[in-house]
Amino acid sequence: MTRPRTREKEEYIKLATSFHPPRPILRNALLAFLVGGAICTVAQVILGVLSTKLPRVQAQAMTSSIMVFLGALLTGLGVYDEIGRFAGMGAALPITGFANSVVSPAMEFKREGFVLGVSARMFQVAGPVIVYGSLSALIVTILRVYVFG
Amino acid sequence: MAPNRRGSSTCVFPKMPVIVSAASVVGPREGKGPLGPLFDLVCADTLCGETSWEKAETKMLRQAVDLAEAKAGLEDAEVDFFLAGDLLNQIISSSFTARDKDIPFLGLYGACSTIGEAMALGSFLISGGFARNVLVASSSHHDTAERQYRYPTEFGHQRVPSSQWTVTAAAALLLSAQGEGPKVEAVTVGRVMDFGITDANDMGSAMAPAFADTVWRHLIDLGRSPGDYDAIFSGDLGMVGSKAALHLLKKRGIDLKEVHHDTGLMIYGMEPEICSGASGCGCVASVFAAKIYPELKSGKLKRVLLVPTGALHSPTTCQQAESIPGIAHAVSLVYPGWEEREP
Repeated sequence: MTRPRTREKEEYIKLATSFHPPRPILRNALLAFLVGGAICTVAQVILGVLSTKLPRVQAQAMTSSIMVFLGALLTGLGVYDEIGRFAGMGAALPITGFANSVVSPAMEFKREGFVLGVSARMFQVAGPVIVYGSLSALIVTILRVYVFG
Repeated sequence: MAPNRRGSSTCVFPKMPVIVSAASVVGPREGKGPLGPLFDLVCADTLCGETSWEKAETKMLRQAVDLAEAKAGLEDAEVDFFLAGDLLNQIISSSFTARDKDIPFLGLYGACSTIGEAMALGSFLISGGFARNVLVASSSHHDTAERQYRYPTEFGHQRVPSSQWTVTAAAALLLSAQGEGPKVEAVTVGRVMDFGITDANDMGSAMAPAFADTVWRHLIDLGRSPGDYDAIFSGDLGMVGSKAALHLLKKRGIDLKEVHHDTGLMIYGMEPEICSGASGCGCVASVFAAKIYPELKSGKLKRVLLVPTGALHSPTTCQQAESIPGIAHAVSLVYPGWEEREP
């Protein structure tokens, strides 16, 4: 075989892609809806209970904290990666998924020490979420206050 | 042309090196697979009694190497070279194993093709009269590879259907100038082939052109057809890569359908999590040591072509959107009763 030319490469990539098993999109979407919905329902129940005792803003903040705690706990118990594998985006999108993305690298790199391992690697997965989350919050706030305000 | 070369890139051995022993050590998931009972040792868990996965991989490689020596009845002092490689940065599993062995060491990297590279070089060393006994080995560990190449193990995400599962396994072979066992008849060293695949979740397709190129040149160089082999093993193209490779060869007029097997599709049962099949330095090496080697030794298989394939990328090159180069080395092996003559 001679070295591939651009056209051959393009043809090959097309051929190889045609052998890919199809992604089970319908199944993934359904499971994401059900599991993601279930996680949010749990949070809604917690919020409902807390709202009876606390002002609404405080109750909301506390609900988020409790959900982050639950996500972290389930990650530590080795359960959340199973939920993620099963439910995909349904487990990744709620705040519990964010907790999983911070706790899992922290656990993974514990053997490399607390400074260069746990703390340095903790935001390996979640870092971009924080950076772009903060950035988009800033942009939306500027628009809200100075443009549409 | 050099006297022992045939065609563009195949080397033949007038006096064939003998593989006198083979040993394999695998993780729990591999132990539960269809080849489970054939492996020499199965670890109870992925840590193998160690405190980190890296240490576990080194321990498994060490066990495989010690077992191969014990099976052949050889001591470190009688082994002239130790050739090994693995997937981890700076091939630490191999170097750390060599630290405990009293054998001159050459570290290799060929990704999943490492065992093919090691068998080729070991055969050259023996055939060239530089060694009597050469120990070759390679290893991979699912969790060490996962944290280096992909995500933390506890991170919940869905695997892409075309991706492959890195096996937890180590295997070692002892090549010798004399003794009883399957023989290395010829070797075709592969060229690095890159057909522009950039998807790290589809390494099978990235390696398939290298497999096709090496097999094609091997057959042309020796004037053979696929029917001259009882089996041609690729290691490990997976489901997607195997289809692509067979398609590429068919376009060149070579039909491998009857004799082709992929070691990445042999080690596990039909588990959805495995996706397109298995991969990793330890996969083809341990399947060879546990399944193909005994069948060659008993004469059930008379002549096989073992073609370990490797994807020569790194997480950095993938992030920089570079395509994934592939390599494959072909090692032609014959059963012990094979008549020694000019191939």
